[in-house]
Amino acid sequence: MGLRLEDFSTYARNTWCPGCGNFGIERAAKLAFAELVNEGKIRRENIVMVTGIGCHGKIADYINVNSFYSLHGRAIAPAVGIKLANPMLEVLAFVGDGDALGEGLEHTVFAAKRNVDMTVIVHDNRVYALTTGQFTPTSPKGFRGGSTPRGAPEEPLNPIELMLVSGATLVARAYSVNLNHTKELVKQAVLHKGFAFIDVLQPCYTFFDTYKYYGPRVYDLQKEGHNYADLDAALAKAREWNYGGEEAKRIPIGVFFKTDKPTYEDIVLAGRSLREGVVPSISRVLQRSM
Amino acid sequence: MAQEYSVLIGGQAGDGIRLAGSSVARLFNRLGYWVFAYNDYQSLIRGGHNFTVVRASGKRVQAHRNTVDIMVAFNQETVEKHGWRLKEDSLVIFDSDNVKAEGLGLPLSETARKRNLPLIVRNTAALGALASTLGLEFHLVEEVVRSTVRRSVEENIAVAKEGYDMAKGYRGFTQVHAVNNPPRPILSGNEAIGLGAVKAGLKLYVAYPMTPSTPLLHYLAGNADELGVTVVQPENEIAVIGMAEGAAYAGVRTMVGTSGGGFCLMVEHLSLAGQAEIPVVIMLGERPGPAIGLPTYHAQGELFFPIFAGHGEFPRIVVSPGDPEEAFYLSAEALNLAWRFQVPVILVADYSLLESSFSSFLDEDKVLVENPKLWTGGGEYKRYLLTGDGVSPLAFPGTVGVTVKANSYEHDEYGITTEDPVLTMRNAEKRLAKSRTIEDELRKRETVKTYGNMQADTVLVTWGSTKGAVVEVAEEHDFGVLQPLYLNPLPVWEIEKHFSGKKNIVCVEANSTGQLARWIRFHGFRVDRTILKYDGRALTVDELEEKIREAGV
Repeated sequence: MGLRLEDFSTYARNTWCPGCGNFGIERAAKLAFAELVNEGKIRRENIVMVTGIGCHGKIADYINVNSFYSLHGRAIAPAVGIKLANPMLEVLAFVGDGDALGEGLEHTVFAAKRNVDMTVIVHDNRVYALTTGQFTPTSPKGFRGGSTPRGAPEEPLNPIELMLVSGATLVARAYSVNLNHTKELVKQAVLHKGFAFIDVLQPCYTFFDTYKYYGPRVYDLQKEGHNYADLDAALAKAREWNYGGEEAKRIPIGVFFKTDKPTYEDIVLAGRSLREGVVPSISRVLQRSM
Repeated sequence: MAQEYSVLIGGQAGDGIRLAGSSVARLFNRLGYWVFAYNDYQSLIRGGHNFTVVRASGKRVQAHRNTVDIMVAFNQETVEKHGWRLKEDSLVIFDSDNVKAEGLGLPLSETARKRNLPLIVRNTAALGALASTLGLEFHLVEEVVRSTVRRSVEENIAVAKEGYDMAKGYRGFTQVHAVNNPPRPILSGNEAIGLGAVKAGLKLYVAYPMTPSTPLLHYLAGNADELGVTVVQPENEIAVIGMAEGAAYAGVRTMVGTSGGGFCLMVEHLSLAGQAEIPVVIMLGERPGPAIGLPTYHAQGELFFPIFAGHGEFPRIVVSPGDPEEAFYLSAEALNLAWRFQVPVILVADYSLLESSFSSFLDEDKVLVENPKLWTGGGEYKRYLLTGDGVSPLAFPGTVGVTVKANSYEHDEYGITTEDPVLTMRNAEKRLAKSRTIEDELRKRETVKTYGNMQADTVLVTWGSTKGAVVEVAEEHDFGVLQPLYLNPLPVWEIEKHFSGKKNIVCVEANSTGQLARWIRFHGFRVDRTILKYDGRALTVDELEEKIREAGV
């Protein structure tokens, strides 16, 4: 008998709010891991989750696989280090929108630029929730929160567009309510050899309840014949929704772009393993210093 | 007194002054001399003024003097700026194509120009001329050129010979005789740190360029295949240490290198290493601050910074080598201790140690990869198992049947987040226990060095490369010298022993507040006075002599 969702649970008490979109992501991830292991595509002991800090980060406590619960905004750099150290590992960074698009944006852009073989899953609730409701890089302009009682003064960042121009080789968007679709995207991202980015739209029931907003607007790109091999088409689809507010009519989810490129670790390691224990002699180097 | 010679080579940035200095050092090295080469350069790429002082002696020297026996001037500025260093019998060798001076003027530029070679080749002509004035055989010059020049080797040798012949009127002006010592490797602190870490199992070096740590990045990258190390340059210092911690979590021995400004950016991750118990070595290269300060100059302003950096309370080790030999062994020890105790170890090194070159003898067989405490199977794996010594067994992701959960939050033994008061206290006590374990281990190791006459009433206390001048002056005055190799934990057991009965305890360091003196006093010891130097330049032997005289030590 194969692994089930429950086999990936821990004893940690879940502290997400009732109705939190994180539950959908947690469930999708556990199901994706179980299915990938059961299908013989990955090994359970090779899964490593790296998380930042925020509501999203708690997922490290809730899924029983290797994890590195890092600092706010600093999940992706350790994830790259883990992949370099052991390319056999399936490295997934579970990050927040404020976390990986604000505090640690540079690491997100550079991991994409390098095409590190890893997956980044953004728990994009478009609000700083654990700090009780401030605007994030993906909040709509005018967002009213504790720090912006008159509304956020900034236009949101479009992470899909940003990743497309940064060099990510798989760029997708999911909606946490669509469990099966999210799970399939996670599986696809894990199996993709290269940098895979999934922006998961995730309502925050307490500070930014977007269930009613997303529900009627999301549609599946793959059901409308989008050509994900075409970067220009992907950019056009990315711009269909700019993380704005009520004016938006339709929000595409699914795979925007997918391509193949050599991975960072293949280039940097050039077949070397960092875990082999041979210590070289330095006598020739010393000889040259005389 | 041992025979000694000092040679200053000066010119503009881009003139290859450092390489010329290196060639001069190699020349003396082949004659059996101990050499020390101090490099002074500005934060610019072309123009400006660069100079190198090479000091060679029959006994070990690790500092330079103010005065020089020979000056090699490639531009007028060198003559103007360094005239005060000349003694009555000093000789100036200058490029008569663009310098006016008294002494041995030779058309050095012309030797390169007429062969259509880059101007930098005139350095080889100067080397030939210098060797001639030192009364050396030409084959020594040829050997040095072959060991340093990669392109147009034969042409360079021809240029060197021309320089050698042009100077024949001054042949043996300052006659140098070989001393009976074998040549030794000439290493900078940067190089020695890289080599030490490699011998302790370094496999990944991660760094963002920043003086004075950049040469370490270049050295390891340039010798990556031979040294079996992978070198990565990420987007900034935060990524540097983040990547290193990720790699260490996955089982790879990793080091990062930076300077004060870069270390500032790393500090949050330093605290993460403390909480999540991740082994990482940080090479902190010191230069004068605050902020950008003097990027390419010398200071010892970062004693407190590595000791106190980071929020929260956690064990860490801070080591401080004073020369490349110490840098080699301490860098290896830093990596070994980081892994044995799963703590951050900061190796703090000043500019002059990192960027000067020293005759050094490294015994690579003396360095071993010390085994960390590894999980040996049996039962459920707990990443943060509570143990008597505060050290939990390590396992790495990819191990069948094992879940490795590293956590930046306070956590239980499995690595699951907790806010429980009992566990919170227990974890704090685990970290305290680890601090005690580290101190117990250090009591078995060499944590200080002493020099000179330790029976004398006066002891000079110093750290880092300042010890070069301090040891030399102390030996002349029959003082003792105490040099802590470990700054944290500070080896109080050694200080207590060596300070006992001393009448005059003087700290000598390159900062304006006397950080080592304060740190020693903080631990309850008496320091009678400080001798401080904070003009961005390394302390010379003559300067220290003068300061000691002024202070009436």
